Amino acid sequence: MLLLTCPWCGPRDETEYHYGGQAHVPYPEDPAALSDEEWAQYLFYRDNPEGPYAERWSHSLGCRRWFNVVRDTATYEVLAVYTGASPDSQVPGTPTPGHPGGPR
Amino acid sequence: MADLTTLRRSPLTHLADRMAAASVSVTVSLSEVPFLGMVSLRVEPSTPAATRVADVLGAPLPTGCGETTGDDDRRALWLGPDEWLVVTTGDPVVLTRELDAALGEDPGLALDVSANRTVVELAGPRARTVLEKGCPVDLHRRSFVPGRAVATTLARVPVLLWQTGHDAYRLLPRSSFADYVARWLLDAMREFNG
Repeated sequence: MLLLTCPWCGPRDETEYHYGGQAHVPYPEDPAALSDEEWAQYLFYRDNPEGPYAERWSHSLGCRRWFNVVRDTATYEVLAVYTGASPDSQVPGTPTPGHPGGPR
Repeated sequence: MADLTTLRRSPLTHLADRMAAASVSVTVSLSEVPFLGMVSLRVEPSTPAATRVADVLGAPLPTGCGETTGDDDRRALWLGPDEWLVVTTGDPVVLTRELDAALGEDPGLALDVSANRTVVELAGPRARTVLEKGCPVDLHRRSFVPGRAVATTLARVPVLLWQTGHDAYRLLPRSSFADYVARWLLDAMREFNG
């Protein structure tokens, strides 16, 4: 069982979350211009690294908010939890786990 | 308009006798608190609209997970960064109207959701032990104390869990899950009321 730290609610069991797949997959700028193959690449093809992997999680049975987790797919170690585009660009106004003002 | 409250039935009416029979005050007791008013509230925190809403509630809105504010008449439970549930012993229609007026033209929501959930009260010295059989949240006194409320699961179904006193908890399952939650609790209580 993973113990994930929701940016708003703190550490909760994996059973309270839903998995949302790979994070930071940009929506195509001009979807109508894509070929079927390129569209399929966007819809269905995801990275499958052995090691750190940025993925989306939703605290669906808690505060119902989406956030991002960097998880090592080999060791299951959670390396970072953040909102926004990257661990370094935490969205202003959202709490950072383990920091003053963040969840207890 | 005719008084329709005489026609309503709470989701756990059919289990009232079984819950009463299974309750032992020196260990653990279970009962339904039917027909409490509930209002779903959404508003951007730290805005003038949020301040006007707080004036209606008589207390500032809770700002973090687990927090509750207000009194039994109007208690706000934190559900998310911009989402709360107000539980009231008063008339939820009146409260909804007041909150809606406080929001004015600003973005937000006040909606009477009283029929969405029912309230189950679990109390007694063994109440925490019963909950710990099926709740993933740490209920130890070091992290969960009276006045705290969280959205979590009990026996795998979503509930709001609200500690109202030293040995007293309120569970707010959706009405459609109430029968399952009550029967699960009756079973979990068996070792304490045999």
